Amino acid sequence: MYETNYHRASSIEDAVKLRQAAGEGKYLSGGMTLIPTMKQRLAAPTDLVDVRQIQDMKGIRVTGRTVRIGAATSHFDVASSAELAAVCPAITGLASHIGDPHVRHMGTIGGSIANNDPAADYPSAMLALDATIVTDRREIAAGDFFTGLFETALEDGELVTAITFEAPAKAGYQKFANPASRYAMTGVFVVRRDNGDIRVAVTGAGSSGVFRHKGMEAALAGNWSPDALAGVTVDASDLLSDIHADAGYRANLVKVMAKRAVAAA
Amino acid sequence: MAKITMTVNGRQVSGQCDDRTLLVHFIRENLGLTGTHVGCDTSQCGACVVHMDGRSIKSCSTLAAQAAGADITTIEGLAANGELHPVQAAFKANHGLQCGFCTPGMVMTAVDMIRRHGGQLDEATVRAELEGNICRCTGYHNIVKSILAAAAEMGGARVAAE
Ligand SMILES: Cc1cc2nc3c(=O)[nH]c(=O)nc-3n(C[C@H](O)[C@H](O)[C@H](O)COP(=O)(O)OP(=O)(O)OC[C@H]3O[C@@H](n4cnc5c(N)ncnc54)[C@H](O)[C@@H]3O)c2cc1C
Ligand code: FES
Ligand code: FES
Repeated sequence: MYETNYHRASSIEDAVKLRQAAGEGKYLSGGMTLIPTMKQRLAAPTDLVDVRQIQDMKGIRVTGRTVRIGAATSHFDVASSAELAAVCPAITGLASHIGDPHVRHMGTIGGSIANNDPAADYPSAMLALDATIVTDRREIAAGDFFTGLFETALEDGELVTAITFEAPAKAGYQKFANPASRYAMTGVFVVRRDNGDIRVAVTGAGSSGVFRHKGMEAALAGNWSPDALAGVTVDASDLLSDIHADAGYRANLVKVMAKRAVAAA
Repeated sequence: MAKITMTVNGRQVSGQCDDRTLLVHFIRENLGLTGTHVGCDTSQCGACVVHMDGRSIKSCSTLAAQAAGADITTIEGLAANGELHPVQAAFKANHGLQCGFCTPGMVMTAVDMIRRHGGQLDEATVRAELEGNICRCTGYHNIVKSILAAAAEMGGARVAAE
């Protein structure tokens, strides 16, 4: 790892100020992506601004069906929140299958979505739940937030402080985990709201990251059941192909995971 | 260079290190506690697992600076008064190790797992919870057996104490 300067922020304002003062700085949350990347010398920030202990960025609040999760909340805390499981068990279940226990103890939701790894689990939940990403300066709809592979709408120095969403009537998530890393080789998050709105978001498969599958959404709007997806075609031309799975294989996985997610919802 | 202070195995310790120093190197090199191992160095194997504020973490993927002010427990901190911790004793009794390289991480992971699940541990849960710990020798079978034996013993002890 190249040399770096570590700063621990005590508040949101402090974090933004420290980051502004730094040269090529980065925010550090759980470090479960950033520290391994720095060890490989694929990232070399001059300064790290640690946001993991900022109280205003931690914790889960459920008010009626409105959910607010602080950006520095660990995957473990999301997975083990009874309050959250009562209104949206799909997201606590998702968090409980990220990586391994040690990764879940440190890794945070804010770090995961800011990183926008195409194989990460949370981006699919954010998109399907139509979540709002709250930053130090504005609110961004999930549909505008994830812009490409490891790319987001965040400006230089912009800090994710929380995410919020309305818990839907039904939600389900299923992933086909990479057998070595546990990242999603394909993961599908489905949501149905009382007003009939349906969202299907796919992670791990798209060549430009997480995406919605409108064909599946239309099929499920008419008939909310796994069988409704049988006739839907998943176009393989925009899907990832790598040593783990080619695009055709992933296209099939998208459908299988979507069916399982609806069944689990 | 910064001076870092934390509590390790119940004792307050300080040391000088770079901001980029990993917690595992601080523990091994500054403190001389070499029970915590570096296996893969790519965040996969769990040989480096310690507890930070009561939760298992990979010390190869955490900066010492992130742990400043925290309460750390390493494998050296488990045995009280020269007597093996029940998890250590169960690994010994059930032949839960061969070369022993992964063992400190396995034991620290097991202690964390038993604390979270208590008497409800079953084989499938133990295997799922071992996702972040790799052993190249044992085939895991006796590791799982050791953890289940320790959980039963510790769960039993808790009930008896109540
Ligand atoms: C062995 C292993 C297995 C894993 N398996 C999975 C898996 O199955 N599924 C999955 O989804 N992920 C997995 N991960 C990744 C893990 O979930 C990470 O925790 C997550 O991707 C990053 O979160 P973090 O808090 O650790 O962020 P960090 O590593 O601290 O930061 C990641 C990036 O986000 C930026 N950042 C962090 N916080 C903020 C913020 N609040 N505002 C703006 N920018 C910010 C940082 O500057 C950095 O660029 C795995 C990781 C490991 C090591
Ligand atoms: S050395 Fe830390 S996970 Fe392998
Ligand atoms: S006993 Fe040798 S690596 Fe596990």
